[in-house]
Amino acid sequence: MFSKAFAVFQKDFHSEIRTRYAINSLAMFIIVAISVIMFAVGQEKISAGLTGGLFWVVIFFTAMSGLSRIFVSEEERGTSLTLQLTASPSTVFSGKLIFNVVLVFCMNTVIALLYAALFESFIIQNFLLFFLSFFFGNIGLAISSTIIAAIIAKAGAKGTLYPVLSFPILLPLILTSVQLTLFALDGTAIKEARFELAIIVSYDVVMLTVSYLLFDFIWKD
Amino acid sequence: MLWKIVLFLLLSFVSIAGIAFPIVENPQAWYEFPNIPGLEENAKIIFFHVPTAWLTLIAFLISTIYSFRYLKRKDPDDDAKAYSSAQLGMVFCILATVTGAVWAKFAWGAFWSWDPRQTSIFALLLIYGALFALRSSIESDEKRATLSAVYSLIAFVTVPFFIFIMPRIMKGLHPGSADDTNAGPVLNFNMNSSMLLIFFLSLIGFTILYFWMWNVSYKSIIYRDKLNKNIIRG
Repeated sequence: MFSKAFAVFQKDFHSEIRTRYAINSLAMFIIVAISVIMFAVGQEKISAGLTGGLFWVVIFFTAMSGLSRIFVSEEERGTSLTLQLTASPSTVFSGKLIFNVVLVFCMNTVIALLYAALFESFIIQNFLLFFLSFFFGNIGLAISSTIIAAIIAKAGAKGTLYPVLSFPILLPLILTSVQLTLFALDGTAIKEARFELAIIVSYDVVMLTVSYLLFDFIWKD
Repeated sequence: MLWKIVLFLLLSFVSIAGIAFPIVENPQAWYEFPNIPGLEENAKIIFFHVPTAWLTLIAFLISTIYSFRYLKRKDPDDDAKAYSSAQLGMVFCILATVTGAVWAKFAWGAFWSWDPRQTSIFALLLIYGALFALRSSIESDEKRATLSAVYSLIAFVTVPFFIFIMPRIMKGLHPGSADDTNAGPVLNFNMNSSMLLIFFLSLIGFTILYFWMWNVSYKSIIYRDKLNKNIIRG
């Protein structure tokens, strides 16, 4: 099952390497969003708390600009029926999920590095906490955006509907992640942040389970 | 037919009693409400705000249950029930938000202050809005029913998170919040018996009203679908 899912991932990876559509649009979006924030901030010094919030604003909108690609491209090219014949729904979902997880990790690493370089007050005091929240936050973001992308691809309107549908689902994750990023910037000990970490891990588990349970209904016409 | 008249009388009584009964220091007569410190005259909106917030949740729960049934049995009637319940939920959600904001203006000084429950109802408003945006974007009946059922189930599992996250992140103003020292009128039943009676009558009356509206609403959707099919067949 895993090797089949990996084959789906490889197929998407190769077609992505060929066109570089998602990577290019994500990279450009990151630059545009961060430069808008830089222009808006201007010469003012902003607090560490505000950069932690702005960090997740950029992550959310970047995710919304590129992550729906994975399923929408199948519908646009008309290849979803072939995929339905060759692989079971859960295999397809696993493959697409691996692709989005990789994409989210690349995208957020770039955003984090740019933030660390460009914003003076974005100094992480507790690296381990930041990595933990970054890791589980990215996985949750990838899971939710993949399942919503599957819904969007089957619905008619593709562009504008994606952030509208994703935001309420991602809201618990974003609120908790913003809080954890603030803790990491403040240098709070992991022991004190364990409640938030537990929430984010349980969010990942719940969304993963629900996605696998419901994906069959979305995928089969 | 009789229960409709009873419901009409009940809701009229609740509306008149809730608005017109006086609030006094030492209630003697059965129609006098006690003065609750910190609420005073604002306390009267409790008869309308709490039932609408309650029905927002009931409507969302029923919509989710029928979405689940639709996915199991693929019966279009279940989708009509889920959809009409979501429509009513949206109406009650807006009413709860507006009455809550009005109350907040007089009790806490601002229409909106991102209290945990204000944020939760805002999230519910977003979920309902997203659900209708999704429904209006799909042409095919079966696909629309399936996708919106899937979406409402996904949205439903995120709701419990709000209950746990919000009090940690934001300071609560509502009674019963984590850092609340004096639990409000509803939780420790500071209200006297006549106030409680009208409160529960209002809750019961609005709940019956919801089920009646839901019944009319889903039947109208089902009849409309049947008529459309007959017209197409000629």
